[in-house]
Amino acid sequence: MLTAADVRSRLATLDGVTIAEGDSPLTVTVPAAQWATIATRLKDEMGFGFFSFLSAVDWKEEGLEVVAWIDNTDARLSVVLKTRLGAGGTTCPSLAEVYRGANWMERECFDMFGISFEGHPDLRRILLPDDWVGYPLLKLYDVDTPYPPYR
Amino acid sequence: MATDLTPRVTTELDYAGAERLTMNMGPQHPSAHGVFRAILTLEGETVVGVDAVIGYLHRCHEKLAETLAYVQYPSIASKTDYVAAMTSELAYVMAAERIAKIEVPKRAEHLRVLVAELQRVASHCLWLGTWCMDMGGALGGGATIFLYCIRERELVLDLFEKLTGARLLYGFHQVGGVRYDMPEGFAADCRQTIDLIEARLLEYEAMLEDNTFFLMRTKGVGVISRQLAEEVGISGPLLRASGVDFDLRRDAPYSSYQDFQFKVPVETDGDCLARYRVRMVEFRESIRIVRQILDGLPEGPISSRPGVKAVAQVRVPKGETYTRVEGPRGEVGCYLIADGGPKPYRMKWRGASFSNLAVLPFIIPGHSVADVVAIMGSVDPVFGEVDR
Repeated sequence: MLTAADVRSRLATLDGVTIAEGDSPLTVTVPAAQWATIATRLKDEMGFGFFSFLSAVDWKEEGLEVVAWIDNTDARLSVVLKTRLGAGGTTCPSLAEVYRGANWMERECFDMFGISFEGHPDLRRILLPDDWVGYPLLKLYDVDTPYPPYR
Repeated sequence: MATDLTPRVTTELDYAGAERLTMNMGPQHPSAHGVFRAILTLEGETVVGVDAVIGYLHRCHEKLAETLAYVQYPSIASKTDYVAAMTSELAYVMAAERIAKIEVPKRAEHLRVLVAELQRVASHCLWLGTWCMDMGGALGGGATIFLYCIRERELVLDLFEKLTGARLLYGFHQVGGVRYDMPEGFAADCRQTIDLIEARLLEYEAMLEDNTFFLMRTKGVGVISRQLAEEVGISGPLLRASGVDFDLRRDAPYSSYQDFQFKVPVETDGDCLARYRVRMVEFRESIRIVRQILDGLPEGPISSRPGVKAVAQVRVPKGETYTRVEGPRGEVGCYLIADGGPKPYRMKWRGASFSNLAVLPFIIPGHSVADVVAIMGSVDPVFGEVDR
């Protein structure tokens, strides 16, 4: 049975990957360029088949961070994948080809943060109307921003 | 027929000259259990393409949570999944407690599990009733099962009313424990109610499982393969009906689930009937857990913190966590980032229904229009939770 230490040692050899303390979950920070390849390895080689969620965090001047949580339901292991897009960065590789569940989650993330996921088959707003202006979960977006034509 | 992982696209289909029709199902459709629009492309009675449109109930809970203090938000959290309000409240307060390392008294933990399991029974009652009503007249009058199930659900809501004063949205959980203790006579009422519901489950099964029409509508309909289930991230009864033996209550125990014995039902067919079977066992297992709690409820305080007096009363130090709760519909998760202030820096809801619904475009094509309703109902979406 796969253990957290196995996953840790397999990932530690990769460039640019840092793994934080603690095994449940394993917090793995990867460069944006390797976002999809590392997710693919986790899924295909280490059995992390269950896609829980994908979202983002706005760290103000430090830029956006994309977070995804995946599980290995047989070995009962969880991995949090994180990547920083850098100040002003709004593009991230898409996981939709790796995990089908990422399709809607990335659409939501685009809807709320304006992150464009490269390689997503159908990136459009999902929760908000198509004519919405702005990305509500950015810290610069005020809660009481008026929605035209209503004021 | 429905195990293919790619959503079927209309343009790839062999178009044999039949009339192709685009039909708008919803947003106000009686079978949608909320506000949901499915743009169906039909060839005759067969669906060949689905575009699911959601967001009609969107309130941006995640932004709202950034503006509300830790003591304010739990009662709003119940408005995400309003059919199982106890679940989302629990996920949120657990996240705050985990970052702040706040202890919860044993009695409060048991009361949390008690309401969570009663909530599961109530939620499954609503699911069974509405689903069978959606499938309509074939089940001998349509509304019969619905009225029976609602009758039983009312009894559970009566219990919640006795406990919290509210029937739908409770505000029962608070950081550090729960807000209300059991009133006098509650345990006896509770036992009486679950005994009654347990007996009536047999009536439902007698009505449904021998019914040829019920079996025709559900067997082999809306099959979700194990791989598709995991990749999309569907959870709860749907995941277990597709052969994945995964239940957060057992595999990542939270609150006090490790103190109780229960079985986790697993089916391998992945169709509507399998999902029905899983939920029928869950009914009974929930009742079993409720009995265990009532038999051995520890004495003591119900909260490690005083009642709410000021908005900024709870401060959570810097940190982040993800708490996941096995709700009636599956994994309800709260990803919380705290920055040391009275309000969260960021909060992400993982709604079970959102991920469960995302499977529809993969499984509906190839089925008839009538099956869309049966499949939707078996997924048991609550749109407050899909749209948040």
